[in-house]
Amino acid sequence: MPGLGASFGRGGATSDLQDLGNADVIVIQGSNMAECHPVGFQWVMEAKARGTKVIHIDPRFTRTSALADTYVPIRTGTDIVLLGAIINRVLTQERDFREYVLAYTNASWLVSEDFQGTEDLDGLFSGFDSETRSYDTKSWQYAGAEHHGDEQEETADSQESESGHSLGAGGAAVDHESIQRDDTLQDPRTVWQVMKRHFARYTPEMVQEVCGIPTDLFDEIAEAWISNSGREKTGVLVYSVGWTQRGTGVQYIRAGAILQLLLGNMGRPGGGVMALRGHASIQGSTDIPTLYNLLPGYLQMPHAERHRSLAEYIDSIKGANQKGFWGNADAYTISLLKAYFGDAATAENDYLFDAMPKINGDHGTYGQVMDMIEGGKIFGYFLLGQNPAVGSANGRAQRLGMANLDWMVVRDLVMIESATFWKDAPEVETGEIVPEECRTEVFFLPAASHVEKEGTFTQTQRLLQWREKAVEAPGDCTSELWFFYHLGRRMREKLAGSTDPRDRLLLDVAWDYPVHGEKQEPSSEDVLREINGYDRSTGDLLPGYTALKADGSTSSGCWIYSGVYADDVNQAARRKPGREQSLHAHEWGWAWPMNRRVLYNRASADPDGKPWSERKALVWWDEAQGRWVGDDIPDFEATKAPSYRPPKGATGVEAIAGDDPFIMQSDGKGWLYAPKGVVDGPLPAHYEPAESPFRNTVYTQQQNPARELYTNHLNEVHPSPPERGSDVFPFVWVTSRLTEHHTAGGMSRYLPYLAELQPALFMEVSPELAAQQGLEHLGWAHVITARAVVEARVMVTDRLAPLRIQDRVVHQIWMPYHWGGGGGLTTGDVVNDLAHLTLDPNVHIQEFKAGTCDVQPGRRPRGGEVLDLIDAYRVRGAVTMSSGAVAVTAELLDPQGKSRVEQAMAGATGTGTGHSAAEMEKVLSVRHDVRSRPGQPQQNGVDPAVLDAHPDTSLEGN
Amino acid sequence: MGVRTFIEGWPVYRQLTGDDPLGRGAAAQSKKSKSLTPRTAEADSVAKSICPYCAVGCGQRVYVKDGRVTQIEGDPDSPHSRGRLCPKGSASEQLVNGPQRMTQVKYRAPYATEWSDLDLETAMEMIVDRTIEARRRGWQDADDQGNKLNRTMGIASLGGATLDNEENYLIKKLFTAMGAIQVENQARI
Ligand code: SF4
Repeated sequence: MPGLGASFGRGGATSDLQDLGNADVIVIQGSNMAECHPVGFQWVMEAKARGTKVIHIDPRFTRTSALADTYVPIRTGTDIVLLGAIINRVLTQERDFREYVLAYTNASWLVSEDFQGTEDLDGLFSGFDSETRSYDTKSWQYAGAEHHGDEQEETADSQESESGHSLGAGGAAVDHESIQRDDTLQDPRTVWQVMKRHFARYTPEMVQEVCGIPTDLFDEIAEAWISNSGREKTGVLVYSVGWTQRGTGVQYIRAGAILQLLLGNMGRPGGGVMALRGHASIQGSTDIPTLYNLLPGYLQMPHAERHRSLAEYIDSIKGANQKGFWGNADAYTISLLKAYFGDAATAENDYLFDAMPKINGDHGTYGQVMDMIEGGKIFGYFLLGQNPAVGSANGRAQRLGMANLDWMVVRDLVMIESATFWKDAPEVETGEIVPEECRTEVFFLPAASHVEKEGTFTQTQRLLQWREKAVEAPGDCTSELWFFYHLGRRMREKLAGSTDPRDRLLLDVAWDYPVHGEKQEPSSEDVLREINGYDRSTGDLLPGYTALKADGSTSSGCWIYSGVYADDVNQAARRKPGREQSLHAHEWGWAWPMNRRVLYNRASADPDGKPWSERKALVWWDEAQGRWVGDDIPDFEATKAPSYRPPKGATGVEAIAGDDPFIMQSDGKGWLYAPKGVVDGPLPAHYEPAESPFRNTVYTQQQNPARELYTNHLNEVHPSPPERGSDVFPFVWVTSRLTEHHTAGGMSRYLPYLAELQPALFMEVSPELAAQQGLEHLGWAHVITARAVVEARVMVTDRLAPLRIQDRVVHQIWMPYHWGGGGGLTTGDVVNDLAHLTLDPNVHIQEFKAGTCDVQPGRRPRGGEVLDLIDAYRVRGAVTMSSGAVAVTAELLDPQGKSRVEQAMAGATGTGTGHSAAEMEKVLSVRHDVRSRPGQPQQNGVDPAVLDAHPDTSLEGN
Repeated sequence: MGVRTFIEGWPVYRQLTGDDPLGRGAAAQSKKSKSLTPRTAEADSVAKSICPYCAVGCGQRVYVKDGRVTQIEGDPDSPHSRGRLCPKGSASEQLVNGPQRMTQVKYRAPYATEWSDLDLETAMEMIVDRTIEARRRGWQDADDQGNKLNRTMGIASLGGATLDNEENYLIKKLFTAMGAIQVENQARI
């Protein structure tokens, strides 16, 4: 989560669930915690019983709202306006925790004179290039460090940002010694003054106009948050996928982080940012990633142009003259290469770094789907407990992509829609997939369940918990550990003796895992030990990441997890009952890093090392013992005194001063202003969602200019003002989860209890909308976008209040997204089919939480008539491959001779990865019916006549 | 049966005289339910586990009898879940034992309209061959500037967020070693 990573240094929840009980105010925004994290919510309730004020901000009145003290309805997609207005109040009324802010944030740092913000450029920051749809971040740097822009933006050949996600364990690089500061905060170039100008237009009146929140309610939230923060009190911010599944999700998190830093709530009991991860091991699957741009421990995947040697790779992470624990990036990297390649990795061969595969673009899951649709690039696809036919955005694109593969391996507990698309996808009904013509070969391999294998999950508070194996897996069911171990073993056997350099890494990889039992299962404990790491000379397990060395004498499969097997004990398997321990329960499981439960807890003490207040004491400096002590393991070097100042020229760990609590940050401070690490702006700015019925009232710029698009006729975006046609899709739809179901339903729709508890897909609409559209409670209705039509039962409820925005009323429609039509005890249309693929440029996460639509009573049409209906809407709404796709709104309004199509095609908006403009031309020039022809779903393109349907009258008012 | 036993067997009597005046517990207990023992008491073994659904990570106790999971309960020892499970965690016994559970390898040949059976060994061999072949076909040695790529674009993978760290570790390790970079998971979705 780069939003957190860029602000504080690590991309994980900063505290544990129990700590919610210490808060004086709990603000839940972008999360329906009572519904989605129900058992964790007990800590909110416990706090409330003790008098903590609980505020819930959400488009819909939910189970969480029902239990909050204050519920604040908000128009989806406008959270930055609300947070910005609270930040503005803190800044202008000087309500910040000033000593904390001066000591622990970059408020007093000076920003480059070249920097221009959204006030100067009407919604853009300096450095934007609409040809590449990306920012050159040089001008965002601190004064004196202008040459240190993010590398990938310097090359600026695309909007891609493979390093965006990599801030999970450390902030971005910056030269700490060149920093200039003004502690009076008066210099107009201080971060403080830059922020003050930036947020000046975020006023309570703006909140009312954009979010639909009345000013008195705004006052209540702002005052509750501000007055419950400071020396004696702390507040916590809770968010979840309501914030992350956005075209600007990272900036939402940044806005929350800024506020929490200004109020002095970070690193302190009852404070922090509680990022609720969605599923059992989402945190784990970014820590030890199965993500294209990361290696374990948030090390970047090597990049073809930027990392041509190991030295270049390590330098790019360490940075020049940078503070903090990334200074030891060489030890982390080389220890990983030793864990991967064992004895074959030596100092002489640069630990095989050169032979590693390299990335050079966006190779993310949505880019892959576009490549599948196009065909001829991706031949085989592994689905491991994942059901993209239902769970991913724009399910139609997903299914048509899968129908165009050579083969797939689907590993799951049940027969999911992604395994059976060739016979029962909605596209079979429309004729776009014909089973007899679909060549994809599918292997379905049943998987072992969570009780049939042992291993660790990392849950939302960075806590690794070990599961014991209860029983053997039945029949052919196997674990992923089994599958991948044996896949690798067999491949290596077949390729043994190969002298092809392409096979070298596969033959050199350390792959001798002893197996046991009838099924020949490798041992998860062995793997966890490898992850923890060894001293390779003694064979001893390492005590933690500080023991890692850069000389090849240690190995560790994931440096941030080093310590999980300290003392040859599986620390994640510890289960000392919570009631026999203090609140943070350090002997239950193991949290990264180093079992610390509250991150940045050095900040719970003042610069001299004393608690800010008795009430909020957590970790403090004990002069007599000469070390940090308290109720948590210090997130700081245990014996580094508060008075420590680094010698001149120090870098890395040595350069962390005794009052630098953010030890992963390159300057040791929390970042109010992020000169690096966030590719779409150093400060959060409000843009309307990629599809919105409203014109942005904050700036001329309508959408996030750096948003990532996939231009494909299967993925057309509705126009938003000022483009014409948005009135055809006048409503806003939002999706989220139900307690009783789980993601794409594979683990819930098939279970009798859960299917009975939530037996059907439904949509919630307000009584006003029901009256306006003629929808009947418990009757059917269908929602229409340019991508899909989805029918559901209607639930008329006050939970979705219409909001007055600008001077009209907006209706929001809410639907849960767990249903699919292929299997399970309850089936329904795939709600995610409605979504378009517009991604956050930092993390490539899709926008699920706001889109425009129409809704009509009754069931949807069947068969090919579905496509006719969609086409009718596309024509009426002027939806084309270029609608909603222009980067800079000012250029749309004043095109200076450039057609909208040309503007829309600028930058990396190709179908899939790495398309040049010439290739795009090819895709676009293919003549097609609007509707894909049956049996040839893989064909791309669209009739140019439709593409240019309204070339000159595309703006409102024309 | 003596008179006394008879009267004591009468729920109203027990409700009035016993320590269950609301008649919701012992007073209302039938002979049948009295003779029942919970599945948890009969278990041969109890495995300490974690709920596989959401990121709260509630502690679970998995009760096993005769090699079969008979019950899954919340683990009261867990400091953050304190014994509670929500409907999903409580239903997870069905996740393991439910009728939906697939236990056989299935194979859909190109252009086939139905599944057929395949044994695991054959399936693994076929997958290995296809992986090697797709890897080769999608191989890229270098970009057009001559920078090394050492990779294959012929293979992609999407993993769920319910996999163990150890599994994710092996997945990334193997794909990296074979040059397959297009490895993704639900954290992105
Ligand atoms: S029991 Fe419910 S709240 Fe607990 S981990 Fe499972 S799904 Fe989450």
